[in-house]
Amino acid sequence: MLSDKDRIFTNLYGYEDWGVDAAMKRGDWDGTREIMAKGQDWIIGQVKDSGLRGRGGAGFPTGLKWSFMPKESPDGRPSYLVINADESEPGTCKDREIIRHDPHKLIEGALLAGYAMRARAAYIYIRGEFVREAERLEAAIAQAYDKGFIGKNACGSGYDFDVYVHRGAGAYICGEETALIESLEGKKGQPRLKPPFPANVGVWGCPTTVNNVESIAVTPTILRRGADWFSSLGRPNNTGTKLFCISGHVNRPCTVEEEMSIPLKELIERHAGGVRGGWDNLLAVIPGGSSVPLIPKSICDDVLMDFDSLKEVQSGLGTAAVIVMDKSTDIVRAIARISYFYKHESCGQCTPCREGTGWMWRVMERLAAGRAEKHEIDMLLDVTKQVEGHTICALGDAAAWPIQGLIRHFRDEIERRIDARAAGSQAVAAE
Amino acid sequence: MLDVIESGGPFAFTEANRKRADAIIAKYPAGRQRSAVMGLLYLAQEQNGGWVSREALEHVADYLGLTRIQVLEVATFYTMYNLKPIGRHHVQVCGTTPCWLRGADEVMRACRDFGLEKGRSTEDGLFHLSEVECLGACVNAPMVQINADYFEDLDYERMTAILEALKRGETPKPGPQVDRQFAAPEGGPTTLKEHVK
Repeated sequence: MLSDKDRIFTNLYGYEDWGVDAAMKRGDWDGTREIMAKGQDWIIGQVKDSGLRGRGGAGFPTGLKWSFMPKESPDGRPSYLVINADESEPGTCKDREIIRHDPHKLIEGALLAGYAMRARAAYIYIRGEFVREAERLEAAIAQAYDKGFIGKNACGSGYDFDVYVHRGAGAYICGEETALIESLEGKKGQPRLKPPFPANVGVWGCPTTVNNVESIAVTPTILRRGADWFSSLGRPNNTGTKLFCISGHVNRPCTVEEEMSIPLKELIERHAGGVRGGWDNLLAVIPGGSSVPLIPKSICDDVLMDFDSLKEVQSGLGTAAVIVMDKSTDIVRAIARISYFYKHESCGQCTPCREGTGWMWRVMERLAAGRAEKHEIDMLLDVTKQVEGHTICALGDAAAWPIQGLIRHFRDEIERRIDARAAGSQAVAAE
Repeated sequence: MLDVIESGGPFAFTEANRKRADAIIAKYPAGRQRSAVMGLLYLAQEQNGGWVSREALEHVADYLGLTRIQVLEVATFYTMYNLKPIGRHHVQVCGTTPCWLRGADEVMRACRDFGLEKGRSTEDGLFHLSEVECLGACVNAPMVQINADYFEDLDYERMTAILEALKRGETPKPGPQVDRQFAAPEGGPTTLKEHVK
């Protein structure tokens, strides 16, 4: 188990004050100027060497992403850092804890990351429903300005850097980086085609990098303690610590910071009080937020919680939001509700997603009730393949994968319902 | 013009809200005031008693130098702008899978038994009920948002108690409704025990 001295978010549960003085006692804003003095290349090199992979779901190497930003601006366009706090992936509630209890880690991280990428400002895009969290963040930013940590000559470094909060207004799609950029420009949040990539043409046509809250908030600690410390945790290619959100049918749901690659069973039993009714009462787990395919108990028994292990079992780490379902769960209905979510949140831009999410949801509703023919299971699977990979952004994939996972592991259950309903109607017909 | 949205009578930002609007616009680079449209729509909604009227929307457009359709498409794309009057306490029940697994249906039943109807405001104008998608508090499921606050770790009885308190004009305490520190496990954290106060 990760020891407390290796935990980054020491105020995760808000037992201490969130404010700047308490944050400084916890080690934030310590030697920030000296870190900046080591230069942009050093910072990006450290983040690369740490092995940090993006914490928003895709797992792209953070340092590499930063290195895509231009070092010079021959045409005078400024660069921007955009921080994705649009936390909306069902099951995920980790960035909220960072923002309300450890906001200075995020703000210091914004300065260091922004400086490394030669950005003139950071915009933190926070989901609209997080009203209190946005208030907390604004208050923490005001403290950082008062202390001279950000703004003109940030931390006495000679570098000017601003941090702003932009509130969303209730649209899951704005967690997609180019939709987020559109929204930041004051438009509907509909994803853009890539290329051009945001590092070339992002917000207001300027070079932009979009990073998740957790990715940014861990960087000051990585830079202070060193890339070697971070990369010594977890496994190669899956390094560091990670915030896990454990929800659903466990005895004590919680968010906890653990070492990457912790076994799923250990994570649930040690921190969430175990599965309701015991481990043998487990049916399945969605290990990385609603987009990733579920895994049945047989895989949960020994899978590790990291990018590569979960990919090997045809699922994913995603946002590390662990949704636990015990044997009382109506598994088909649980996935049907996820299908409804994607239907609701499709932005409507691409036909396969706009039409496909509604179609898939309606079939899922029928499957949940057994009101279907067995050949429709394969037809549904076929439609998920027609949506997957055929849309501008990954929402189409995200809508397809949970259904694929269900059919892969619970086809028997779907067929059982169809048989049971057919038997029931035959019995009625015979009367 | 804009007859798809209800009229609410003449609208202009108050002096205080003009200042707040200008502060929002100042966050963005010069000439990029369109970025402020979401912020200004929130201000308009707040000043207008919880919804954006046709006149409020037109005022935001004029204030930012945007066409009305540019503002209308934003106001209709995002779910948090109410385009007709709604009850004072907007009860938003999360129905997505993590909340559903832990009893969102019971929370919804409590609302119904209290006399609320999905998508409707009560006749006394006190409540409006919506089912919403994941609000990002899944380890504290099931939960609801009422205006700016989250109420977490609910069941039928706790939801009913909150609604009754609101009806009496009280201000129920937001956050977890069980003995628990935010997102820490019930009964105390398994980590960071030295920080417990």
